[in-house]
Amino acid sequence: MTVKITVGLDGTDTGERALTFARDLASRIENCELIVTYVIEWSPFTFQTAEENEKRHKRRDEEINIATTRVVTPAVEALKDAGIKAQGVVQHGDVAETLNRIATEHGASQIIVGRVSNDGFTKRIFGSSTQNLVMHASVPVTVVG
Amino acid sequence: MKAYKTLLAASIASLAAPAAFAQGIDEQVNQAFATATGPFVSFIFAPIPGTGFPWIVMWLVIAATVFTIYFGAVQFRFFGHAIGLVKGDYSDPNDAGEVSHFQALATALSGTVGLGNIAGVAVAVGIGGPGATFWMILAGLLGMASKFTECTLGVKYRNEYEDGTVSGGPMYYISKGFNELGLPGGKILAVLFSIFCILGALGGGNMFQANQAHAQISGIVGDYPGWITGLIFAAVVFAVIVGGIKSIATVTEKVVPLMGILYVGAALIILIANYNMIGWAFGQIFAGAFTGLGVAGGMVGALIQGFKRAAFSNEAGVGSAAIAHSAVKTKEPITEGFVSLLEPLIDTVVICTMTALVIVISQQLIIDETTGVYMLNEAGTAIATVDGNTGVALTSAAFGSTISWFPFVLAIAVILFAFSTMISWSYYGLKAWTYLFGEGKTVELVFKIIFCIFIVIGASASLGPVIDFSDAAIFAMAVVNILALYFLMKLVRVELNSYAERLEKGEIKKFGH
Repeated sequence: MTVKITVGLDGTDTGERALTFARDLASRIENCELIVTYVIEWSPFTFQTAEENEKRHKRRDEEINIATTRVVTPAVEALKDAGIKAQGVVQHGDVAETLNRIATEHGASQIIVGRVSNDGFTKRIFGSSTQNLVMHASVPVTVVG
Repeated sequence: MKAYKTLLAASIASLAAPAAFAQGIDEQVNQAFATATGPFVSFIFAPIPGTGFPWIVMWLVIAATVFTIYFGAVQFRFFGHAIGLVKGDYSDPNDAGEVSHFQALATALSGTVGLGNIAGVAVAVGIGGPGATFWMILAGLLGMASKFTECTLGVKYRNEYEDGTVSGGPMYYISKGFNELGLPGGKILAVLFSIFCILGALGGGNMFQANQAHAQISGIVGDYPGWITGLIFAAVVFAVIVGGIKSIATVTEKVVPLMGILYVGAALIILIANYNMIGWAFGQIFAGAFTGLGVAGGMVGALIQGFKRAAFSNEAGVGSAAIAHSAVKTKEPITEGFVSLLEPLIDTVVICTMTALVIVISQQLIIDETTGVYMLNEAGTAIATVDGNTGVALTSAAFGSTISWFPFVLAIAVILFAFSTMISWSYYGLKAWTYLFGEGKTVELVFKIIFCIFIVIGASASLGPVIDFSDAAIFAMAVVNILALYFLMKLVRVELNSYAERLEKGEIKKFGH
């Protein structure tokens, strides 16, 4: 049986460290697949102008395209070159919620993420995505510092 | 940017101009405007022969009633479902990142919630008495069905371009829908709608806003020529829609909902503070609805004012919201219709009623103590108010009588509402404009410049001619739109029946979030 692990990337160094950790882990497990995931922070409850709405579909495609070509595909390719099974997923949504959902949908046994990507004022009020994930995830979460 | 600076410089220089000269400009603009728009306004508001009842009001009410019956009171049957859709219960997480139902609703609302709710209601209650509120609420409830019809069609027949952007609205569903049904005249109606939409954008979506924003500002800082406000507003709008300074629009989009909440909150505080009068106020509203309580035009006057201002405020049947809602990417156009039916409810039934209650409770309308009916002003055209206030000044005085500093908050709210409505309508007008003249940078620029010029005219003219023209233009849109909706409504019913059946069978599922 394949052991699946979801690893969350965000295009930053901490995300890279999470990926490195996941790769090391995967290389030690027989038949392991990494679900390399990039969640584009997005909320359906924001206020936008009509013009922004009109162009939203186009922007969404652009955002997915950028995340895929710049972060996810290179990571998946590198993993495959190292002999590790991997697939990429890019989605919009709340980072913690979406990572958890993707992990559940793919039947992953754990989630690996970097420590903190956002900081400052918002973090103090809402907590970081990582904190939220740790608090609410349905599978074990490994946080890489 | 250069033009923006020139405009600013001109407006600053003008502040030094002699007041008499400045007032002269206002008067000239006002007169020229009233003469130019007179015939159009008289036609739209022509009474049904033998009565004093404008045919256009009848037209809107009949339409809203027909849609309500035709779709089996869709606004009540699917109310809960509409809330569920807005909450995102039925949104597929894999579609995340597209325009959500909530966002489309919020965008459409920011175009409608505005001065209609603050100034328009004051006009209705000032002329038609408290009873106008009753008819306004009724019109709001019925109007939900009109909104449902047009917004469903708006999404169903929008244009999707190769680059992923979309354009929609009555002009598209009229021409495409008529084609599909093999009916003639679709193109002509679509063109006619576009022309009226441009006028509506310049009228209610622009001049009325500029005019009332000026009234509000001059009420606080003292009287000064309206064209100065007009120039400043025009400069800022220009900076956003031509200069592409998105930050201003973005900030407004975030602040406006907050202002809306603040406004309703303040109204609630006043109602709570005067809770013992709420019963009396509703009594006045019901009694006034059927007797008129001595207002100009009696019960019919109350009814006309109520229906007119409701339509002006929530724009149900006008077709503007269909433009705003078309941006939603959904597999089921009808879901957007369900969501849109919440608009007249929030706009008219909730916010407008709040304004009306505050005005009635604050006793700004003078009641003759001996007869218990409302006293008319000297001209006999409206109810006498405490300081002779009308429009937004009346609302401001009503709020100020309980919360003394609120008129300042209201002034900011009015300016922001006016601004966001202008931005929304510049978009609606532009869509109609590009439908007529094709898409392209120069074509769009021409419209945007015309739009800015009308801001100055609107701020300079007096309320009477501006409100007449604004109403007339918006209602002219409804004439064409509703006529088309009668032919197209069977297409919506097919969608509705199919959706209702699948919802019943459980084929349309909630997504666990």
